[in-house]
Amino acid sequence: MNELAPLATLGAADFKSAYKPIWCPGCGDYTVLSSLTKALATIQRPPHEVAVVSGIGCSSRIPAYTSCYGFHGVHGRALAAATGLKVARPDLTVIVTGGDGDGYSIGGNHFMHACRRNVDMTYIVMDNHVYGMTKGQASPTTEPDWDNKLSPGGTGIRAFHPLVIALAAGANFIGRGFSGDPNGTAAIIAQAIRHPGFSFVEILSPCITFRPEQKGWKEIVRAAPVDPTDDPALAARRIMTDDGFNIGVLYAGHRNPYPARVGLAERSVAELEREFEL
Amino acid sequence: MKTPPQTLDDFMAVALAMENEAVDRYTEFADMMETHNNGDVAALFRTMAGYETKHAQHIMAQMGWTAAPAVPRERICWPGYESPEAAPVDEVHYLMQPWHALQLALAAEQRAEAFFGELAAMTTNASVRAAALEMQAEEAEHVGLVKAWMAKLPPPDRDWSDDPDPPRYID
Repeated sequence: MNELAPLATLGAADFKSAYKPIWCPGCGDYTVLSSLTKALATIQRPPHEVAVVSGIGCSSRIPAYTSCYGFHGVHGRALAAATGLKVARPDLTVIVTGGDGDGYSIGGNHFMHACRRNVDMTYIVMDNHVYGMTKGQASPTTEPDWDNKLSPGGTGIRAFHPLVIALAAGANFIGRGFSGDPNGTAAIIAQAIRHPGFSFVEILSPCITFRPEQKGWKEIVRAAPVDPTDDPALAARRIMTDDGFNIGVLYAGHRNPYPARVGLAERSVAELEREFEL
Repeated sequence: MKTPPQTLDDFMAVALAMENEAVDRYTEFADMMETHNNGDVAALFRTMAGYETKHAQHIMAQMGWTAAPAVPRERICWPGYESPEAAPVDEVHYLMQPWHALQLALAAEQRAEAFFGELAAMTTNASVRAAALEMQAEEAEHVGLVKAWMAKLPPPDRDWSDDPDPPRYID
């Protein structure tokens, strides 16, 4: 009888594509890519069983830099595309990547409802508090007093608090990482992937071109001084009162994920076409 | 520093992880510079990655390892988030010159030298201390080599980062 040879252990390099990133040298997204590939090596699912879905923006280029299946979608619609994919192919590990503009502004509504639906996937947001790809406009997470020529004196608008929104909307796992801590961030991403339901990982990823002052983040981030909780009320108090620089797993809940079923994608093309007949 | 490794194997695994992280970072830097058409600096970072690869291979051969042992996060004893020998990712610039690259390498080697010295002073295990002192001496040698290399290069021009077509049009 033939026996299948055991699969060789996969390393982080097995999850990188041959394409070299074109981010600005020094960008935090480089180490986020490294963290993602290290996390996938920890999970040990082969690249063809993983799909990385993104929207538009600097960080949304990540799918091309991995060897996994990738989908570089429409601005703000990564979660919608990923939800469809995961429901149709629940056997895949689905990871969604993007930035704060794509995820919280253009895709803000999808973000809330993805948390609410709790489909089993992992959403990684590289948050640099700015639209970097379009040259430095204020984003939903920009501080209200960030002064620049495009918003003199700052926008004066209260910053969006994605972790609180995620918790209130029903995300089943919430973590915060920092690009300057690639190994710690890899561990959080691996935990997020393994956790059932919708996992949300915000990663502080400095934009060295338009927000060079964010280089100072490495002096102020620190490991969250508390263990993760499964109590949403306690998590809410912690997340509401921290200063945005506590990193680690902040909430790991027990909601049942949306019950996607294997087999839904097995209908024939003719059957699908009939649904579109007028 | 956190608790130093208790055995020679654990210590060498940490030392190997340090070297491997330095290889990854220099490779990352070389790729960044290649993408931004800064060929001289890309080549220099590629060379540094090659040196660190040799150090890593040397440790593997010394220990008779065929694969790098996993180092659980709780056994990582270096200060800060990253290997002392890995230059911080945000300290590169697309117009940087070879001198700047060597400056980063020098700081990395100096951090590694200090780390091994501190570890040697803290450990109570004689074999770990001996190995840490050996590593410290090697890093000190690298510091000297990088300094000698830097002395052969012209220091950067004062306006080295001036870009006639900068990405930041809003300034």
